[in-house]
Amino acid sequence: MGETAEKIEADILVIGGGPAGCWAAWNAAANGASVVLIDKGYVGTSGATAAGNTTTIYTRRGTAERAATVGQRVRLGHGFTEAERVERVLDRTLENLDLLAKWGYDFPSYEDGRPYRGMLRGPDYLRFMRQKLIKARVKVIDHCPVEQLLVSDGAVAGAVARFRRSGETLEIRSGAVVIATGGCAFLSGALGTHNLTGDGYLMAAEAGAVLSGMEFSAQYGISPAYSSVTKGVVYFWGTFSDEQGNVLTAPGDRQSVVASELIRGPVYAILDKASPRLQEGFRRGQPNIFVPFDRMGIDPFKERFPITLRHEGTVRGTGGLKIDHRSTTTVPGLFAAGDAATRQGMSGASTGGGGPNSSWAMATGSWAGEDAASYVRSLGANWRAREARTTNQRKTPSSPPSSDDLNSVVAQTKQQILPLDGGYFRNQESLSKASSILSDLWDDEAWRSGDRAKVREAEALIATSRWATESALLRKESRGLQRRTDFPDPNPLLARSIDSGGTDDIWASFQPQQKMSAAS
Amino acid sequence: MIEIVSEDRCVKCDLCVDACPDNVFDAVPDSAPVIARQSDCQTCFLCELFCPTDALYVSPLSEAIEGSTETDLIAKGVMGSFRREMGWKNAKPRGTAGDMSYRIFETGTITP
Repeated sequence: MGETAEKIEADILVIGGGPAGCWAAWNAAANGASVVLIDKGYVGTSGATAAGNTTTIYTRRGTAERAATVGQRVRLGHGFTEAERVERVLDRTLENLDLLAKWGYDFPSYEDGRPYRGMLRGPDYLRFMRQKLIKARVKVIDHCPVEQLLVSDGAVAGAVARFRRSGETLEIRSGAVVIATGGCAFLSGALGTHNLTGDGYLMAAEAGAVLSGMEFSAQYGISPAYSSVTKGVVYFWGTFSDEQGNVLTAPGDRQSVVASELIRGPVYAILDKASPRLQEGFRRGQPNIFVPFDRMGIDPFKERFPITLRHEGTVRGTGGLKIDHRSTTTVPGLFAAGDAATRQGMSGASTGGGGPNSSWAMATGSWAGEDAASYVRSLGANWRAREARTTNQRKTPSSPPSSDDLNSVVAQTKQQILPLDGGYFRNQESLSKASSILSDLWDDEAWRSGDRAKVREAEALIATSRWATESALLRKESRGLQRRTDFPDPNPLLARSIDSGGTDDIWASFQPQQKMSAAS
Repeated sequence: MIEIVSEDRCVKCDLCVDACPDNVFDAVPDSAPVIARQSDCQTCFLCELFCPTDALYVSPLSEAIEGSTETDLIAKGVMGSFRREMGWKNAKPRGTAGDMSYRIFETGTITP
């Protein structure tokens, strides 16, 4: 394990300080547990929610609004959505949004004075949660990436982290661990995703956890070509055109139309269908989209601008750690929440970006906090005396550190996943080639001698790419985000989930029947 | 990407050093923080929100250098524009209630 500068103890360790981690930490503390919340960046700005606005779903069971959302999830889920799970997630979301209001979060109002709770402003929401956690005596640790989990007799017993600035290690012994590290966007440059490199998947898999639905990770978001801002909502009021100005009207979803054309040449957008009233709503609601346009001197409502697609991976796709009907993973003492967990039960084979994912984070985060607290109570006081061992058995190679090697490994990994031709549209040949290159990169030891945090990020990127690639190879059909050019149609016999896992030996396999949940 | 830390405006509070999720800045004793790892910047603009004196400029170009000067940006009124639009003051959100995003859903074009 190397030198450990500091050792601390808490009933529950929550890894990742986005919405899911914050709700997990608050609920664990509210249930009497001592809690450490640790983030590799800063709790309040880390992750995909902090960097923008996020839609939430504020509906009551039994209403037409609720039925519309559940109906849409089921329709877009391509056979994987569980309606009752969506209902439960949205019930908990309503409860949490009401709690935020009760705590004094400054929600906006409609013009007639009714409160509006259908949108949260990322940095405002997460700063509010941070303050709330500090008042609830949660110990918040920033800029300290977790490197690996600790296990004791098959159960997760803590983690080892390393402060980014001092390089010193921190050992945290805990009764349970919640993974809330978000999804993985493969360093595509999509907004707020630079920290989202699949770290939580890797450390969980090393402890024996199973993933599910990793083939449903080929989600791409539209952004201006020069920009990180992958906020897709505005493009519902947009018109897309090619270099010559011909309007793109090909059949299919808008992402696929744009993807097909981008493989051929530049694509442009103009937000010409937004009414003046909506334009004002956008500007007053989403400065993170419009301030960058202003700085570029572009009026997106009046002039067209070049766009691109950026990979959003499992941040907006639905693959992730396999959980039961709440937030328990397949490993004792390990819970997963938010984008770190598979969202197939809510959004199936399609993107859960926006309201579904933000609601999922609130509900699964809360459940993870509650269930981790009862799990730790069931352990009694004895967990503090457990012997624990590290889960990453790999030795650091003795070769001299080379950042060139590391950068090249990251670039090669991205090249297997990001390009539209191969990533968005796949086939046996493209996936097999990626599988073989990724396997060679993983097996190579030489590049692993550099900066520990960067090496672990690169390992997580490769491992996540491999689970996604092996799962996509196995699913010989097209369904939702899985687009196989060699199998363009869905196969009704394959409406079953694919689990995956392993690190040195990657595996993927269909599950016997449509059952998204781990045994509970 | 982050391009400017204004020496004139910076009050050396180092809030940006802490708030940056990607550890882009290094604090410097008795001086303004430096942009130590520019290529790690994810162009999220959040450091600008936390800056109490509008001393930072993040260019909307996420993969290239814009190269604007502080003088140009001040003349154009751009320094701090994201913070003003978001309604943050002294590193605290003060514009949360001004969000008009409900208009996105009022025509029924999309279901949340």
